[in-house]
Order: sequence, then C-alpha cells, then structure tokens
Amino acid sequence: MASRIENVVERLQQVRTLDELQRLVEWLRDLYQVDHVIYHAVNRAGEPYAALTYAPSWVDHYLEQDYGRIDPVVLGCYQRFHPVDWKQLDWSARSARAFLAEALDAGVGNQGLSVPIRGPSGQFALFTVNHSCSDTEWARFTTAHLDDLILISHYLNQKALEIMRGSDRVPDRPLSPRELDALTLLGMGMSRAQAAERLRISEHTLRVYIESARFKLGAANTTHAVALAMACGKIIV
Amino acid sequence: MIRFLYGDALDGMPVLRDTMFRDRATQFANRLGWAVHVDENGHERDEYDDINPLYVIWQCSDGRHGGSLRFLPTTGPVMINDHFADLTGGVRIKSPRIWECTRFCISPAGASRKTAARVLLGAAALGKHFRLTHALGVFDPAMKRIYHALGWQPVLAASGARDIHVGLWSFDDIDLPRLRLRAGGDESELLQWDDLGYETPDITPLSA
Repeated sequence: MASRIENVVERLQQVRTLDELQRLVEWLRDLYQVDHVIYHAVNRAGEPYAALTYAPSWVDHYLEQDYGRIDPVVLGCYQRFHPVDWKQLDWSARSARAFLAEALDAGVGNQGLSVPIRGPSGQFALFTVNHSCSDTEWARFTTAHLDDLILISHYLNQKALEIMRGSDRVPDRPLSPRELDALTLLGMGMSRAQAAERLRISEHTLRVYIESARFKLGAANTTHAVALAMACGKIIV
Repeated sequence: MIRFLYGDALDGMPVLRDTMFRDRATQFANRLGWAVHVDENGHERDEYDDINPLYVIWQCSDGRHGGSLRFLPTTGPVMINDHFADLTGGVRIKSPRIWECTRFCISPAGASRKTAARVLLGAAALGKHFRLTHALGVFDPAMKRIYHALGWQPVLAASGARDIHVGLWSFDDIDLPRLRLRAGGDESELLQWDDLGYETPDITPLSA
C-alpha cells in the first residue's frame, strides 16, 4: 500500500488548474485531520495567490483590514526559510493579541506550523497547517509530520508556479545527465554503493544527486523518483 | 553564545555585524586571496548576504564576532548553482533538505579550534532540528584536516582547478561526542535558540 506522502504527491502530480489546487488543499486538511491548510504565494511581480480553507468571511475581513501588516505569522515568516511553529512568533504587541482573538473567533485554530518557501529567483510562499488542540498534542503532530509537510509545501509551490506560468515559471525542471545516470543505475537494481562506484563518486554525492532529482521530479522517495523518470521517458532501464 | 541570526536581524547589532564582515575580509581577501569584494567599510559582502541568509555566529562575551558561517536553502539562489555548476558535474542541486553552507570564518583575534567547533556545533544542531540531510558548499581544501579533527568532516564532492573544493556535510555523520568536547560544552549551554523564538526546553537534544 502506498504511504500517505506517496498518495499526496501522486495527487499533486495530477493537479492542472488553480481550482484543483484549491480542492487539493481541502483534501490535505481532511487527510491530516487538521482544522485548516493554507498556501499563500507572492510572485516577483508582487501578485498574491492563495488556496486555503479559512471561512471566506474571515479572508475578506483580513484583506479589508490589511491584516498582513500586523499578522505575526506574516511578519515572522517573510524572507525566512526554516519551519516556524506559531509559538515561536512574537504575539506580545497589543495589535497582535487583538488580531489573534478575532482570528480564533473566526474559526482559526490556536496552533500553527508555517513553512516559508524560498523559490527560484527569490519568489516567496508560505504553507501553513492550523489546528485547535493542546500544546502536547500539537508537538506530537508536528514531530510526526514535519518531514512530510516540508516536502508538500515545496511541491505545492512548484505546482502553483507551474500553473500560473507568470514571471516565476519553472522551466520543466530538467535533470542533468549525472542525475539521470544515478536514477538509471538504481532503476537497474544497483545498490547506492554500486551506483556510486560505477559513477566514480562518493555515496554521499550520489545521495545528494538523487535527493536533488527526486525534488525536481516531485517524487515521494527514491523508488518513486525512478518510477516517475521512467514513466515520462527521462530514463530507460 | 552561538547565535542564529537572519541578515535582517543583524542590522540591529552593528558591532556583531561589522566585526563579522571585517573578519571575513581578513580571512577571504587578505589571507586566502580569494577574489571577493571588500566594500568601503572594509566589509566582505556578496549578493548572497543581501538575500537574508541565516548566519550561525559565535558571539564573544564582548559582543564581537568570534566565528560564523552562512546558510541558504538550495531551493532559492545559491552560490554553488549560480557559479560552481561546473564543479558538480552540471547538477543544479535543489532540495528543501539540502542547504548551502558558505563563508566559514574564524576571527583572527581569537582564532581557536574551540571557536571553530562551536560554529560547527551550531550548524549541526540547526540542520538536524530542521530535518536537513546535507549541507554543501565550496571550501578551502586546507580546512579538511581541521574539520576532521573537530568531528564533522565534509565528503569531497568535487574539486576544481581553482583550488576550491565542493564539500558535503552529512547530518548523519557527525561525531557529536568529539564535536562537543572540542566546543567545550554541549548544545544546552551554548546555543541561543531563542534567536529563533524557541524556548530551550522545546528543543530535543541532539542524538548522533
């Protein structure tokens, strides 16, 4: 049976439109059994795009009040690139506390984890998972799912950029001959040590090439990366 | 203390900022003779310092820079992909789990293995906490022996005619007991996690 992350990336691969991206975000919320999932991007031209599960009335109110100016999540994550638990943010300002109270009233959960994304040519996006629960439960959730959430956030961003085809268009993410060689040898059934020896590189270098290829292909793991590369004719085994 | 500071936070700490960029000029321009740019303030800065990197900095008790390095995610612009792709077999390395690590610098004022170990300990803890698999970056081959002695040596990924090597640091291959010994303390005593908003008890101790 496919793992949860494999399911997610398979589904992401099939997304073609922004409407489908919105439905995928709703599906992610149900899959991870959290209150909300939010993807928000600003492209280089400064045009915003969001796919999210918050109540539309809260989104309208947020935009109308221009809450991006005082929202500690935006202020604390903008131009960062490490995952941020909302507890680490500065909520001490009176305006921030008032904002939080309003958000909670509007159905926003008290816990959040936001993954800031630095994309090609400095593009910025933010992926957030939000929930209502105790600190202990939340710590258990984030510890268990952080790896998946980091990966999903970046794949979602790649997909959004691909669809929008704006100034941040990702050009077909070509794999270099070295990456293709590495995937081909693994596809032939070689171990990482054997493949590294064949390519005359260290096993760590091979691992980095594979990790890089996996990311460019939008794959869940190495096996999946090999399968995807084969399916789209990038490698022949 | 070992600080974790983004570029925009450094502006509020002029002493730390200025001593770091001056120490970098001393190390990279004067001592190693790299073709780096030193500005009118005597600061060695490049375009990657302008895109808000995350610095790991050993700050001395007088507030000055003791040693540092610079992290950037390979999903965005990084030196290795922009300038050294010829050294990596043409592979543009991109992954949220791989960060570029550059400008490893120790202040000539208090240059010691202990300082170097502390900066590396900070980098190791940061990477493990954020689930990285590798850090990579160009480095001076003369440093390899020192990294080994400290307990965290890079694997040579590529080397160029320019006497510059591309190294890979695996977050699975850290000799933590040795690194702690060289650093003269463990993470709970040395790392200032609250720079990133953490309460220290939130942080799971490192395991090898």
